[in-house]
Amino acid sequence: MKRQEQIKRILLYTILGVGAFIMIFPFFWMIITSLKTGAEANSVPPTFIPKKLIFENYVYAFKVAPFAKYFMNSVIVTISCVILTMFNTILAAFAFSKMKFPGRDWIFAGLITMMMVPFEMLIITNYTTIVKWGLYDTIIALIIPFVSSIFYTYILRNFFLSVPDSLYYSAKVDGASDWQFLWQVLVPIAKPSLVTIALLNAIACWNSFLWSILVINSQGKRTLPFGLFAFTNETGIRYEVLMAGATIVVIPMILLFLFCRKSIVTGVSRGGLKG
Amino acid sequence: MFRYKTKNDEVITLKTFLKPALYSLPFMIGVIVFTIYPFFNAFLISFKEDYRVMTDKFSGFGLANYVHILSDPTFISSIWNTITYVLIVVTVSLVLSLLIAVMLNSVPKFQALFQTAFFMPMVTSSAAIGLVWRWLFNYDYGLINWVFSLFGADAINWLNHPDYSMICLCIYGIWSMLPFTIILLLSGLQNIDPQYYTAAKVDGAKTVDIFTNITVPLLAPTIGLVAIVNMISAFKVFDGLYILFGGKPGPAYNLYTVIFYLYDQFYKELELGIAAACAIVLFLIICAFTVLQNQVQKKYDYY
Repeated sequence: MKRQEQIKRILLYTILGVGAFIMIFPFFWMIITSLKTGAEANSVPPTFIPKKLIFENYVYAFKVAPFAKYFMNSVIVTISCVILTMFNTILAAFAFSKMKFPGRDWIFAGLITMMMVPFEMLIITNYTTIVKWGLYDTIIALIIPFVSSIFYTYILRNFFLSVPDSLYYSAKVDGASDWQFLWQVLVPIAKPSLVTIALLNAIACWNSFLWSILVINSQGKRTLPFGLFAFTNETGIRYEVLMAGATIVVIPMILLFLFCRKSIVTGVSRGGLKG
Repeated sequence: MFRYKTKNDEVITLKTFLKPALYSLPFMIGVIVFTIYPFFNAFLISFKEDYRVMTDKFSGFGLANYVHILSDPTFISSIWNTITYVLIVVTVSLVLSLLIAVMLNSVPKFQALFQTAFFMPMVTSSAAIGLVWRWLFNYDYGLINWVFSLFGADAINWLNHPDYSMICLCIYGIWSMLPFTIILLLSGLQNIDPQYYTAAKVDGAKTVDIFTNITVPLLAPTIGLVAIVNMISAFKVFDGLYILFGGKPGPAYNLYTVIFYLYDQFYKELELGIAAACAIVLFLIICAFTVLQNQVQKKYDYY
């Protein structure tokens, strides 16, 4: 019986190991290819460990396409988006949870029904709006449509609602204003939820693709995913170089994931990623 | 100024609304401009024939755009392609995820390591990772064909032969859908009362029986929920498709999906009315799924 258990366990670990290997293999292959010479990348049979590690592909990618610029743009877009979204979300979630006014819950219920509207349905009008406001081909166009998220407000509002009202009233008795209560009491309590929202938002911003190919035209304003796609058309297909580009796009999010896996996974299990 | 008293004798004046309105102002402006207005406007545009944005002119108002898409063979095939993709990807990823989640739930060690590996695809850009898959599927030097050659199989022209394009898209789709599905199933599994398993063990039940008679029925609500959420997201397939085939819907324009059709009409043909009609069809499909989702959740609420 004991022996059977052991065999079972070994089998379990083997299957999971193989599965895990398949899941991360594309990442492994991406990085390995990016460190090979062109000749070695296209060799049959393929080598799984480069004969000589070279970084020329990265140098080449940075030289031929403005990847540094793309990277900066992505960082600017992601950070601005996260900060503005958090600001809007915190204020709105507070107004819809702790403040009392007639019709509050009805208005919010109406907003929640809008959550199921797919973003793809809105792009036609949003594109028109951006063009009419003269924001076509600007970094701002990549940010403002996304800073008012009903979904994140919904999550944070739920958290705020779970904080007892007595806390709010006792702060008021102590002479704290709404503004002070929000930033000095409520926000610190909600930190785990806020971190999760910020992380999910940052991932969604960083990877956003369809919207950026619609509203961005000039090279200097591309973010990384779009820049990488344009790069495939500009350099021709040289996979060792393309994999270097892909690695540049993917690495920041992988690092984020490695350091904040628990928060991200909790956030996803609570209601999912946008998309 | 208007004054009004509630049942609890709280006085309501305009001031009652002023503060919350101020606090939620930035959010509400964004929601109205970029969600609520475009939502209703999409319906409006879908009825405008030959609508041009720049001049804001249109030749007629009616159902012509809907008639157009429903009689366009490309649109009809895009619906079929999308449905095929949804059925394959959602089913396969659900079955695989269920097995992986159950196994993950039962290993005492290396949880963190396995989770990291299985969940990684979730955070990575589809533009970048789509490119990696393109490399793996490459006809001459791709790793997949090399593995095939080890078994003596002929190389397959995965990405340039229309017969294989759906398979490529599905493989990529399943791979990227697994993390989300596993996470939700895993959290569902962790909510199952361990007493059921203890009781089953006492009765000497086999692993397979435990799986089919305890795990699957108790996990049914989660499975239903994940299936529907995944169906909705699979219906909107675009990024991966666009990248895999270098901006084309398949090597011979054979793999149009609903969103790709929308994108083409909107961005390439500048037929906003037709694109909007397509968006409305998509919305109705998603509505149907959401209603279904609510039914599923209600039905299983007693767990």
